[in-house]
Amino acid sequence: MMDNASMAQAPADVEYEVVIGLEVHAQLLTKSKMFCRCSASYIAAGPNENTCPVCLGMPGVLPVMNEEAIRDTVLTGIALECTIPEVSKFDRKNYFYADLPKGYQISQFDQPLTIDGTLRFMVDGREVSCGIERVHLEEDAGTLHHLGTGIHSSHASLVDFNRAGVPLMEIVGRPDLRTPKEAREYVSTLRKILMFIGVNDGNLEEGSMRCDANISLRPKGSTELGAKVEIKNMNSFRSIERALEHEIQRQTALLRRGETIPQETRGWIDPENRTVSQRSKEQAHDYRYFPDPDLPALSISRELVEELRKRLPELPAAMQSRFVTSYGISDYEAGVLTQERDEAATFEEIVKRGVDPVLAARWCIGDLAKLAKETKTAIADSGLGIEGAAELLKLLHDGTINGATAKALAEELYEAGGSPAALVAERGLGKVSDRSAVETMCQEAIAGNQKAVDDFRGGKEAALQSLVGAVMKASRGRADASLVREVLTKLLSS
Amino acid sequence: MECMTLTGEEIDHIAELARLHLSSEDRERMVEQLSAILDHVARIQAADLSSVSETMHMGEEVNRWRRDEVLPSLSVDSALANAPDSDGHYFKVEAIQEEQS
Ligand SMILES: [Zn+2]
Repeated sequence: MMDNASMAQAPADVEYEVVIGLEVHAQLLTKSKMFCRCSASYIAAGPNENTCPVCLGMPGVLPVMNEEAIRDTVLTGIALECTIPEVSKFDRKNYFYADLPKGYQISQFDQPLTIDGTLRFMVDGREVSCGIERVHLEEDAGTLHHLGTGIHSSHASLVDFNRAGVPLMEIVGRPDLRTPKEAREYVSTLRKILMFIGVNDGNLEEGSMRCDANISLRPKGSTELGAKVEIKNMNSFRSIERALEHEIQRQTALLRRGETIPQETRGWIDPENRTVSQRSKEQAHDYRYFPDPDLPALSISRELVEELRKRLPELPAAMQSRFVTSYGISDYEAGVLTQERDEAATFEEIVKRGVDPVLAARWCIGDLAKLAKETKTAIADSGLGIEGAAELLKLLHDGTINGATAKALAEELYEAGGSPAALVAERGLGKVSDRSAVETMCQEAIAGNQKAVDDFRGGKEAALQSLVGAVMKASRGRADASLVREVLTKLLSS
Repeated sequence: MECMTLTGEEIDHIAELARLHLSSEDRERMVEQLSAILDHVARIQAADLSSVSETMHMGEEVNRWRRDEVLPSLSVDSALANAPDSDGHYFKVEAIQEEQS
């Protein structure tokens, strides 16, 4: 515990260094809860439908650990370059709150499943390496709904224990971060890794992944830590960055006025763009941890660690650089493609079917990603599918169809399904590259757009574009645009 | 041997954490009784245990875990049967006031 460093007499021109450490809670994707066999899918269920004597904290029950949750946590530790101690145990963290039925949370105190890892990521072209103190396993609490207009004016609270007992990992980062942007990238990188290894769905908005930050300021050059303020309720990447920026400003202003920063917990109120103090009785952090006598110790065999190490998939950072080297796409494109493992796999499957990787990348993060978002259906699960997307992009690449046709076909087939090649043949959608056909269309456009013709002849080069547009429109996007341009220029200058 | 004596303030703090209301007689009695417990623990701590390996749990058993399988939960009616108060399918508790500034 750090005490309130007294920086009360700081002169106004002192430069402060920001020290940020993040704690991320991530729900595991197990089918059942951590210590009982109730379903862990709490969102779909009606209130209190997924509860039993164990997760309701009834007397005399015996919790039994979910093996899958232990394995997921060890796997996470391996992905974060942690050491996996041979012995681990569960402890009781004691406090009273209405969402905690037992009066204690089963957590891990001094012997967590994994310790001493590292998370590496890039910020503005520079590699940042942040220590991971530990990844431990605990159980989630229930959810509270406050009756009345808000937490201040409510007269009663409703409690739903469906979430109580859902396995929750806590990833405790070291205070190695120095800017809000680094904090944001830390969470973004961590989220990607957790999703890649399949232990968490990365949903910050719905709270299956939650982030708290400890932030303190200290005079530059000092190694002493300033009073630590904990920020909660940051449920998007944007709010993590904004809350921390706001907090730096708030603390700097206080220090420059010669005031002391109290050690406290503050909540981020996103719509109001500010943090507010959350003083509660439990601020003393007197949790009186002790080993849970209901749960025997854990012995993590080296065989298990090796088995999990072998099962660890390629991690996003490694995949990103492989995409750049093997496919010749940009680092940015590779970064977007490796946001999610399934999307990255879809891209690779499309490329495997003979599509130019640069074109595939552009479509996977562009038009196809847009359709996926609009229809809430992944490319692979859409009517178009991986086969259809590959076929479509090959038709585009070899010049059979133009970009506009490809886009229209993608939109049409994304949900309906069908073969792009068959549709192109059936509807005669192939690109019109026949010179005499294009010349006819250009002559019609010239005849029908006298003003544009006059403008162009009068020196307004831009007028050509409206004539090209007229031809493209008349051909329903099928004309070869570069040929149209060439023919129009020739006809108009003769 | 040194005697451990808890202060009245320490008793108040422990009572507060346990959400217990103590009368002044209770408080006096707790000072005595809890101090006696600490004395006892101090006596154990003084023993030479260098030849004894650390015991985390009474049993030798480790890894008592189960497969990740779902079984039916209680019905909502059963779950709420012992609740002091409920509202629809929810447990109902008094408002949780968090002091804010
Ligand atoms: Zn349960």
